[in-house]
Amino acid sequence: MSITTASQTIGPYWHLLPFEGWNDLTRFGATGDVITITGRITDGTGAAAGDCCVEIWQPRPEVENFDGFGRAATDKDGGFSFTTLRPEPVPGVHGRLGNVQQAPHVGLTIMARGLMKALQTRIYFEGDAGHDQDPVLNLIEDPARRATLVAKKTGAAAYHLDIVLQGAGETVFFAI
Amino acid sequence: MSDLRAFRPLVPGTQPEYDADVYGSTKFRAPKQQLLQVPTSLTEATGPQFSPSRYPSIIDISKVESGEAQGQRIVVEGQVTDEDGRPVPHTMIEIWQANSTGRYHHDGDQHDAPLDPHFQGAGRVFTDENGMYRYISIKPGAYPWRNHHNAWRPNHIHYSLFGPGFATRLITQMYFDGDPLLKYDPIYMCIADAGSRERLVAGFDLDLTMPEWALGYRFNIVLRGRNATPFEDSNDHGDH
Repeated sequence: MSITTASQTIGPYWHLLPFEGWNDLTRFGATGDVITITGRITDGTGAAAGDCCVEIWQPRPEVENFDGFGRAATDKDGGFSFTTLRPEPVPGVHGRLGNVQQAPHVGLTIMARGLMKALQTRIYFEGDAGHDQDPVLNLIEDPARRATLVAKKTGAAAYHLDIVLQGAGETVFFAI
Repeated sequence: MSDLRAFRPLVPGTQPEYDADVYGSTKFRAPKQQLLQVPTSLTEATGPQFSPSRYPSIIDISKVESGEAQGQRIVVEGQVTDEDGRPVPHTMIEIWQANSTGRYHHDGDQHDAPLDPHFQGAGRVFTDENGMYRYISIKPGAYPWRNHHNAWRPNHIHYSLFGPGFATRLITQMYFDGDPLLKYDPIYMCIADAGSRERLVAGFDLDLTMPEWALGYRFNIVLRGRNATPFEDSNDHGDH
């Protein structure tokens, strides 16, 4: 068996890759229930992480001209934003957790200088049904830690999540 | 029908740790809490798929319309496979790099080395049905950074791959055979397993080398492989 190629940091100059406009997942013409997701990333000192590459992935909804993929750069205040279609519930998890339907969420990947490997987690959305039964949220016992994955509703179709890379209030990151 | 099989756990020691003292920027960015082991579902087993119609290939970055970049022209070829040796077809690879003097075409790079008006430094290619990819560039220069006294990054090209799933996302760097800076580079050296480090080093390949035009380097990439059945969680191995 071959061994998976080792990860290396994305470094501070990843902006040579295209990202402008890639934070709008409707850019290829997808239509539907449009929402905005904003976030802010801070480090273990509370300082803004201003050079992150942030990507989201959502397998639902399955509609025309929707890739389910977006990329954004954090600004000097650590902020990022995405425009996307409201994610739908996702079929459940195989194996020992049973096939419980999962609450709507997007997968989140953060890559940055100082991160030797990508960080992956999910964003859930305040006010959605199913958080109490969600098989992934239910793996997190501490309510405060669980809350690190739930974006606050800031408007009819707007959500915001603060992400802490390290220390007090540290976001729950995943091994998949 | 989506392939919902989980990806196998990574072999311990073959990936760097988040917490790498020798690389200063990890100090306040590496998470301190243990990662939450999550089972694989649709979100993790599948991932974004890219088509050249929406994401056009940029195969030759050794020149722009106005002229050719300075430096040693290179052709890089390789195969992307999974851990079982199966080719990963039609997957997108993004690359970016410094110019031949060791400077990035990036506002944040203030290294006192000249920019090259004919070098932007980013490309995008797709693997074919056999997982093969190829692009043309110039050999990037080494450059200083401030991680420690007299710190220099070895020549390297950054790689971004997605593979078949959210869980196969990979950011890495390709290095060059024989680079004397490798053993001093904390980003390279913080991978514990020597074999895993060496697999990041592209070998010079005379067969790939194009007479009177460009030196050839081969760089193969392995993405995570899947479990045999969809009902086997990577969780169930319990040995992370």
